[in-house]
Amino acid sequence: MAAIVVDELSKSYGSNHALRGVSFSVEEGDCVALLGPNGAGKTTALEILEGYLKRDAGRVEVLGTDPQHGDRAWREQVGIVLQGTAPDPYLTVHETLSRTSGFYSNPRPVDEVIGMVGLADKAGSRITKLSGGQKRRLDVAYGIIGNPRMLFLDEPTTGFDPSARRGAWEMVSELRTLGTTILLTTHYMDEAQALADHIVVIGDGKVVGQGTPDDLGGRNTAALHIRFRLPEGVDPAVLPVKVELDHHGFCEITTKEDAAVLHALTGWSIDSGIALEGLVASRPSLEDTYLALVGE
Amino acid sequence: MISDFGLVATQLRYEQKSYWRNPGAAFFTFAFPLVLFFVLLSTAGGQRAKELGGVKLAQYYTPSILSFAVMSACFLSVALTVVRQREDGVLKRMRGTPLPAWALIGGIIGSAIVVTALLSAVCVVFAVVAYGVSLPASHILPVVVTIALAAFVFCALGIAVSSLIPNVDSGPAIINLPFFIMVFISGTYFPISGGLVQVANWLPLRPFIVALYYHAFNPLTAHGNGWAPHQLGSLALWGVGCTAVAVRTFRWTPRRG
Repeated sequence: MAAIVVDELSKSYGSNHALRGVSFSVEEGDCVALLGPNGAGKTTALEILEGYLKRDAGRVEVLGTDPQHGDRAWREQVGIVLQGTAPDPYLTVHETLSRTSGFYSNPRPVDEVIGMVGLADKAGSRITKLSGGQKRRLDVAYGIIGNPRMLFLDEPTTGFDPSARRGAWEMVSELRTLGTTILLTTHYMDEAQALADHIVVIGDGKVVGQGTPDDLGGRNTAALHIRFRLPEGVDPAVLPVKVELDHHGFCEITTKEDAAVLHALTGWSIDSGIALEGLVASRPSLEDTYLALVGE
Repeated sequence: MISDFGLVATQLRYEQKSYWRNPGAAFFTFAFPLVLFFVLLSTAGGQRAKELGGVKLAQYYTPSILSFAVMSACFLSVALTVVRQREDGVLKRMRGTPLPAWALIGGIIGSAIVVTALLSAVCVVFAVVAYGVSLPASHILPVVVTIALAAFVFCALGIAVSSLIPNVDSGPAIINLPFFIMVFISGTYFPISGGLVQVANWLPLRPFIVALYYHAFNPLTAHGNGWAPHQLGSLALWGVGCTAVAVRTFRWTPRRG
């Protein structure tokens, strides 16, 4: 069953067409990453799904409800982690979450959530005493305290140090294991790769690509790029396949005959005893594919 | 589902915590009116003014500074709290939870009313005990009702005005001008007469002071039962008007985007 259905969604601010007929869906229990450059319309789309913004046209359903008409019962099932908001600065971490948990009929225990986001040693601290990364973790805690079926995460790990990001990823994976449907936006390709079952790329208000992290933009079937360097004095003309030389003196081949070309090259290297220094064979990275899709 | 009363009570509890921990708010809207009250009563409270027909000034200052305190605790405090919470994204975030709008606003207004009740009690008890200000027992209920109505009006006015304030920094600057103009022309610091009274009568503070002073505290004029129907009617109209404007213009999201 689809937890989110977005069909031909459009939204303009005056003459600025933020969204121009966006369609995608999210299956219940999946984690989907919404990618796109700044200003592409990600946050607008998210805020329409969260019920903050009214759309101009199109159909939107979240857990079977039009978010524009989301009532209290619907809100109980939806968790939201916004970008750039601040909690009441005069309350402590524990008080902030206790207050919020009181809005829900079936919340997660406050201490459990504080532990999940790694703020156990800051539970009694006022918000003003938290670092930027710790405040962001509190934002995430705020989103999951109500034990939601559907969680929206708008750039959840911006400002995190690498270990905090790993921690956040583990937490998101854990929520997924518990069956929570997650829609997140991020600028980090490794984050999308690590967390998402599915990626939707938005560029200039339209969906410009979607797929799994491994097959987005056909990158799993894209040509293989092989790169290596020959020892000094060895002429590339002796190689069994034709190569191009880049300006660092590396040999490069882009081919769809993966196995045959690699076999020829490595076989030649073993037979001749001439090394293929720094040999790398790769397909376009998620980042390469993403940049190609958004035209940058 | 949590009971509605429980929701408002929870909001009220945390609004109160936040209020007393915010030194700016607690000083400006709670301590400042009290200090003003003690200073005025201590320096001039015992004097008798000709303009008041020989009544002790304390008898006048008690209701007038009390009105100032109520306006400060409700109008100033609510407007600035709403702007701060809106611009920080607190309102936007709460809007994304099952908390109904009325419970959120109810918490903010309830918190202002708790502060008002405290301020009123301290002012009146101090005035009666330390300065011999008289307030007939039969006038206590009308005074309480008048203060409660005025508190509601000033909260609604604060919420209505909050939509005009674009950011936290400009809040005090924008709000202090109408606040102090209203305070001065309504006769808070000294009894007034002349053309300004006509203007002030159309604003909510003057009817509040008149209701308390002429109908409850002034021994020369408060011969009735303590109720001031005209002034209460005027306050009620302000309450309805401000509520209508507040409901129409209220915004949940920060102005910056």
